[in-house]
Amino acid sequence: MIDFTKKAGFNLIRRHRAERRFQWTGRGAIAISLLFLLFMVGSILRDASGVIRQTQIALVVDLSVENIDPADPASASYGGLVKSSLRNMFPDVTDRKDKKRLYNLASPEASFEIARMVKENPELLGTTQTLWVTASDDLDLYIRGKVDVSLPERQRRISDAQIAWVDVLQSSGNIQRIANWMFLTNGDSREPEIAGILSALVGSAYSLAVCFALAFPIGIGAAIYLEEFAPANRLSDLIEVNINNLAAVPSIVFGLLGLSIFLGYMGLPRSSPLVGGMVLALMTLPTMIIAARASLQSVPPSFREGALALGASPVQAVFHHVFPVALPGMLTGAIIGMAQALGETAPLLMIGMVAFIVDIPDSILEPATALPVQIFLWADSPERAFTEKTAAAIIVLLIFLILMNLIAILLRRKLETRF
Amino acid sequence: MADPIITARNVNIFYGAAQAIFDVDLDILPNKVTALIGPSGCGKSTFLRAINRMNDLIPICRIEGDLKIAGQDIYSPSVDVVALRAQVGMVFQKPNPFPKSIFENVAYGLKIHKLTSSKTELQDRVEWSLKSAGLWSEVADRLNQPGNSLSGGQQQRLCIARAIAVEPKVILMDEPCSALDPIATAVVEELIDNLRKDYTIVIVTHSMQQAARISQRTAFFHLGTLVEFGDTKTVFTTPADERTQNYITGRIG
Repeated sequence: MIDFTKKAGFNLIRRHRAERRFQWTGRGAIAISLLFLLFMVGSILRDASGVIRQTQIALVVDLSVENIDPADPASASYGGLVKSSLRNMFPDVTDRKDKKRLYNLASPEASFEIARMVKENPELLGTTQTLWVTASDDLDLYIRGKVDVSLPERQRRISDAQIAWVDVLQSSGNIQRIANWMFLTNGDSREPEIAGILSALVGSAYSLAVCFALAFPIGIGAAIYLEEFAPANRLSDLIEVNINNLAAVPSIVFGLLGLSIFLGYMGLPRSSPLVGGMVLALMTLPTMIIAARASLQSVPPSFREGALALGASPVQAVFHHVFPVALPGMLTGAIIGMAQALGETAPLLMIGMVAFIVDIPDSILEPATALPVQIFLWADSPERAFTEKTAAAIIVLLIFLILMNLIAILLRRKLETRF
Repeated sequence: MADPIITARNVNIFYGAAQAIFDVDLDILPNKVTALIGPSGCGKSTFLRAINRMNDLIPICRIEGDLKIAGQDIYSPSVDVVALRAQVGMVFQKPNPFPKSIFENVAYGLKIHKLTSSKTELQDRVEWSLKSAGLWSEVADRLNQPGNSLSGGQQQRLCIARAIAVEPKVILMDEPCSALDPIATAVVEELIDNLRKDYTIVIVTHSMQQAARISQRTAFFHLGTLVEFGDTKTVFTTPADERTQNYITGRIG
């Protein structure tokens, strides 16, 4: 009698149990990794949320002729204007120390902001205006409830007197919170409230452009030669082994190489995206070569044979038939290599891209920094507000990484030839 | 009888230390279909690929002896492999159209050899090649579609059209029907018979019926040696060698 429902025979009970056990272990592993990921992204997002909006403070500024010479508005003391405006709001503050605390409510950037407004709107001259200027990071943190007021005054960055003033300002509607575009449009700054990532972003973009321009053609050329033309001998084997090894070399070693050769020997400008890109190119080259070779290997040999049998020269066979089919895979490899380069910090530290850069670099020869280095710098800063900037910069970096991977996927989908 | 177009004398082929072909002497006559038959691993494909030097792609492959096409030693250092292959075309076991359009597949050889001087001439030659391969009526309205959108049999005829577009003297076929169904096979076989008028065809086949149907001359290879070579009828009806007899009656192979 045949019974297909019987479980007892063929060791079936144990086999099914083992199968279930394995599946649950797999699900557990995925759940744990998702949990870690969620925790990491969640905590970064929570920290970064503080950067979305910034606090501004309204100052009544007297832009009369006594304070600003209309012939040369740039020469006026805007810092003094900010101070007098704050003094006028709280006339009963007389003590020198208290005055200083009062002035600290506005960002040191406030005077430059007023100067800019006057320059852009000369019709303001001679009038008295209520102008919104950036508040200090301590005020911003307090407004957002990030300051523990139950702590003794000496352990806080904001004093009792300052808290009292802020409360007055807030109840009179002189404090507002607006979208913080400065984070995306400003360069770095010592003042966390106005520090932005644009200079780092531009530095990263320049470095990556240099890296791509160098590593992609060289990498693909090397891969094509090694895969399609190089004679199979000891030397080729040696080169292959070494390329594979180079892919695993710690990136800081490439930084040291760049320091001694590009800066020390060739005398290229320190801290520049040119050198940064060159170092990153050294680092990504092995990855690109390996990816490009894998992509070439996956092209069916029948295309090559078909072309050669028609009388195509080896170079024609490769460039007309093998290369176009392999290109999407090469591009994917290149973009993944670039994404790796985008997140790289160590080699850039070695060649001086760790400098404090306020200006947005105009060319690949100017000093610049890069996104991951900026994150490193901010993470190192003592101001509480920089913690949030760090998290926000990490989010920006992650967004760019996701974008690059997305481009890689789209490119592959679009260019892929089916055969 | 016409003079042979391909003459092989004492041809030995080695893969590294292993010898695949032993002292083969073979004369291939023009405008005839010559079938190379034999059990797997007997060296018939190796010999075929030696005729247009496709074996050069295998680094460990080495050939000794004398292999002449139209009186020229094709392994002499002065021979340009590209020129040789332009005149000795090849069709492979598995259809391998390029991942390009049908038109581009046929036009490719013409383009790289600059055989046409104008666009209309190129189009005419492509049309002529597809007609010669009996494919024109099936693809005339979709020349811009990818070559691999065709059926297996159509793809193989596309590969034949691609090979004849450059008007070679000799066409080598390495089991061209082994990946095709019987109906597609019949179409390709008929095509081969038609092509015989203009080309010399050397075909490797596993199917003895196919060899009997389409070839005029048959060479039987066994373990790397040429056992028997002669008119197809003679080889199949009154084989001189016992091994040939055993193979065609199905006792070995």
